[in-house]
Amino acid sequence: MAKRPDLLPGTLDMLILKTLSRGSMHGYGIALSIKRQSDDVLTVEEGSLYPALQRLLLQGWVKGEWKMTETNRRARYYTLTAAGRRQLGLELTQFEQMIAAIGRVLQDA
Amino acid sequence: MSWLARTIRKFAFFAGRDRRNRELEEEMAFHRGLSEQEMMAEGLSADDARYAAARQFGNDARLRDESAGITGLWCETVLHDLRFAVRQLRRNPGFAVTTILVLTLGIGAAVAIFSFVDAALIRPLPYQNPSRLAILYESIPLGPRFHLSYLDYLDWKAQNTVFSSLDVYAPFGFILETPAGSQQADGASVSAGFFRTLGVTPVLGRDLQPSDQQQNQPRTALLSYAAWQRRFGGRRDILGQSVTLDGNPTTIVGVLPRDFHFAPAEPADFWAIERSSGGCEKNRGCHDLFGVARLKPGVTFAAAFADIRRIADNLAREYPDSNRDQKAFMLPLTEAILGDIRPILLLVLTGAALLLVIAAVNVASLLLVRTERRRREMAVRGALGASRIRLIRQFVTEGLLLALASGLLGVALASGAADLLLHLVPKDMLATMPYLEQARPDAAVFAFAAAVSLAAGLFFSLLPALRISLSELREGLAEATRGSSGTVWRRFGSNLVILELAMAVVLLVGAGLLSKSLYRLLHTDIGMVPDHLALLQVAATGHSYDTAPQQVALERKLEARLSMLPGVRSVAFTTTLPLGDGDGTTGFTIVGMPPDKVHREVAFRRVSANYFSTLQARLVSGRWFAEDEGATRQRVVIINQQMATQYFPGQNPLGRQISFDADGKNAMQIVGIVNDVQEGQLDAAPRGAMYLPFLQNPGNFLAVVLRTTQPADALLPAASAAVHQVDPGLAVDRPITMTERLHDSPSASLHRCSAWILGAFATLALVLSVVGLYGVIAYSVSQRTREIGVRMALGAQRSSVYRMILREAGILTLLGILLGLMGSLAAAGLIGKLLFDVHAWDASTLVTVGILLAVAAMLASFLPARRAASVNPTEALHAE
Repeated sequence: MAKRPDLLPGTLDMLILKTLSRGSMHGYGIALSIKRQSDDVLTVEEGSLYPALQRLLLQGWVKGEWKMTETNRRARYYTLTAAGRRQLGLELTQFEQMIAAIGRVLQDA
Repeated sequence: MSWLARTIRKFAFFAGRDRRNRELEEEMAFHRGLSEQEMMAEGLSADDARYAAARQFGNDARLRDESAGITGLWCETVLHDLRFAVRQLRRNPGFAVTTILVLTLGIGAAVAIFSFVDAALIRPLPYQNPSRLAILYESIPLGPRFHLSYLDYLDWKAQNTVFSSLDVYAPFGFILETPAGSQQADGASVSAGFFRTLGVTPVLGRDLQPSDQQQNQPRTALLSYAAWQRRFGGRRDILGQSVTLDGNPTTIVGVLPRDFHFAPAEPADFWAIERSSGGCEKNRGCHDLFGVARLKPGVTFAAAFADIRRIADNLAREYPDSNRDQKAFMLPLTEAILGDIRPILLLVLTGAALLLVIAAVNVASLLLVRTERRRREMAVRGALGASRIRLIRQFVTEGLLLALASGLLGVALASGAADLLLHLVPKDMLATMPYLEQARPDAAVFAFAAAVSLAAGLFFSLLPALRISLSELREGLAEATRGSSGTVWRRFGSNLVILELAMAVVLLVGAGLLSKSLYRLLHTDIGMVPDHLALLQVAATGHSYDTAPQQVALERKLEARLSMLPGVRSVAFTTTLPLGDGDGTTGFTIVGMPPDKVHREVAFRRVSANYFSTLQARLVSGRWFAEDEGATRQRVVIINQQMATQYFPGQNPLGRQISFDADGKNAMQIVGIVNDVQEGQLDAAPRGAMYLPFLQNPGNFLAVVLRTTQPADALLPAASAAVHQVDPGLAVDRPITMTERLHDSPSASLHRCSAWILGAFATLALVLSVVGLYGVIAYSVSQRTREIGVRMALGAQRSSVYRMILREAGILTLLGILLGLMGSLAAAGLIGKLLFDVHAWDASTLVTVGILLAVAAMLASFLPARRAASVNPTEALHAE
């Protein structure tokens, strides 16, 4: 049973890192932010979000800590680390190169 | 991010995984809660919002699994698989017990035999560079492995260019003076450089020195480690202690290492310096030594052999009286020690390997059957998202778990079995094979056990795994297929059973041949009637028995005293008992005939007048010795049939004279010809022998032979006591009956051991393969229940169902037997050398084994056939 990817593979990590670069959030917040920023085009399936977050935690690009929300409930907030910031820069550069290359191929004439 | 940092982090995750899982749960619950709120804000009811949120969230379990897969270590899943495998086994205890039992038997047998093979053939001998050592013999027309003489040894030592050192040894039975009286003690007489040649240094004290050989020095000896512990309690002050050996005070100057042994001279407690006693050493024709030599570096065995041959031939030319037709013979030390036992060990190891394969095949087919039943489970797991790799890993874990459990139990079984096997070997024989006593589990044995278990485990795991990958997983979820997918594996299982049956046939044939050979060996004609004969060895040392009249008087006294014992019919004496090593030979000349081109040499014994009648040997012609044929009468001799045919072809030897001297002095007249008495081992070729009357040629070593009316072993203690009554200073040793001597002789014991071991394997193999056949037929019946129901509904009789099943079993059995018989014939070469008087393709054995297996197989198939015939058609048609 294969997953149905709704994003280009590998871009989810980049989107999460970028979202977190604007400030630390919990998982739900990240998904909501991505949905809003993309005008509802990109819907992050929760089934992809949490494994991705675990992966980022493992690589040391984000760190997580439990805090109280405004509504006094416990949630885990993810913050970008210095290494994560570096990684984000790397991934953004790679992504832009990729897009430019695809664009060149798709150009008419 | 570096791999190392990631791994460390993974370990940290692993350590706190429980807490992490709880946190993840909480996080997901929080997320879902917020989703619900959003849904409700959009207008859904509380319940609908909850469902919608849950659906949007996706597969909870899968998510958790995937998170675990990312953060978890691989060994977590392995542990998971292991726990699952253990649970599966616990749920089918019958299956688990059967497979582990069968596999433990197979592995245990193989490991036990391997520990012997390791101790004897693989572990190096306790000498320095044992491959550079060789044993030297003189070969005569009678055979290749005879003693050297001292003067020949000196010449070989001086003239050779190929040995860095050459020394001699001779197994010796010493008379040891103890406070309890004279005892016989095993030992060896060695030259000064013997241990240096072997490369062995004593752990205590010093080695023997050349200066010890001088006459004015006290005699010296080294003590074996075991003797030090056993006889002297491991005293630290053993050095310098003096013991009296053969009436000579001997100083212990050193103790040999614990793991030292030298099989050609074992058992040996005392290793004494060889000292010339003015007798044998001066006579080039007196042979009582064996040589051991170390080859010079760079010299090949063939070159050394050629050199020593050349020297011996030169000596034969130089001293024709003593050395004519004597050549040199050389064997590598390992060959001399292990040459006899190697083929037997390899044969038994092959048998164990066959048994192990049968056991593994049995377990594999049991696993295959179980896999069929678990098809549905596999399909469900596949639907839930398990990858093929995951399922295969599950099977591998189960297979390895079974193999591991059986391997551990097998090793435990093996050490117990090894001890048991050692008990099969008579003690005397075991003492001459000291390397076997050191068969214990060591690194090589454990490595073998691990390798075998691992191979078995992989074999079992991959078979079901193959099954899974070959078929579509989804198929299993559908209604039970009409037996089509079962046929491939039914056929595979059948082929495995044919293999099992074939191997069982090979083992049974081997065991049968060995048993027949053993029977022939024990009943071969030895020229005497061995039951009701009691034997004793008596040694008369000390100065009261130095002269011939004293020795004759002793013989008379012993005879008188012993014949008074109740239950003794007759008392006889000889210098060397029959069924020994056939050694003790002498050259001779025939008076009136020119010295032959071929040196004449025969075995030579001195016996009492009634020796042959006590043994109940058969007289061919002439007469036995007379009771009073003593020193005053003419010198006489009795020869055996082999000597008569060999040296007096076509003539009548009676009345002819033979002599030990070249000039025919002191000739003896041949007065009788006796049917060959087997002086050597049971399977030794016939050899010429001459018997002189003890009264004319006395000595101070006697072997007593008593013909008894009661069972012989009951008389042995009384006989020993009677000898001591005649003179308490006499050393009495090795009381035994002739039948024991026959049954415990090296050739008979080796035969018996191998026959027993192979017989045990063959029995196990028979049981396992017949059970395997039963399993396959029973499974086939269960698969074909519906088909049988249809047949019976269409009018087939019970008997035709019987015939159908029995025919299936019969074909398998027939194929197995045929394959096995062909295999036995092919393997005939392996066993042929070990058989006595039996062909490796002995028809009666092959036919018997075939019939035995056929009957057993048919009995085993009868039960499933009956079950098939009693199938209720309507039930069968409704069954799945």
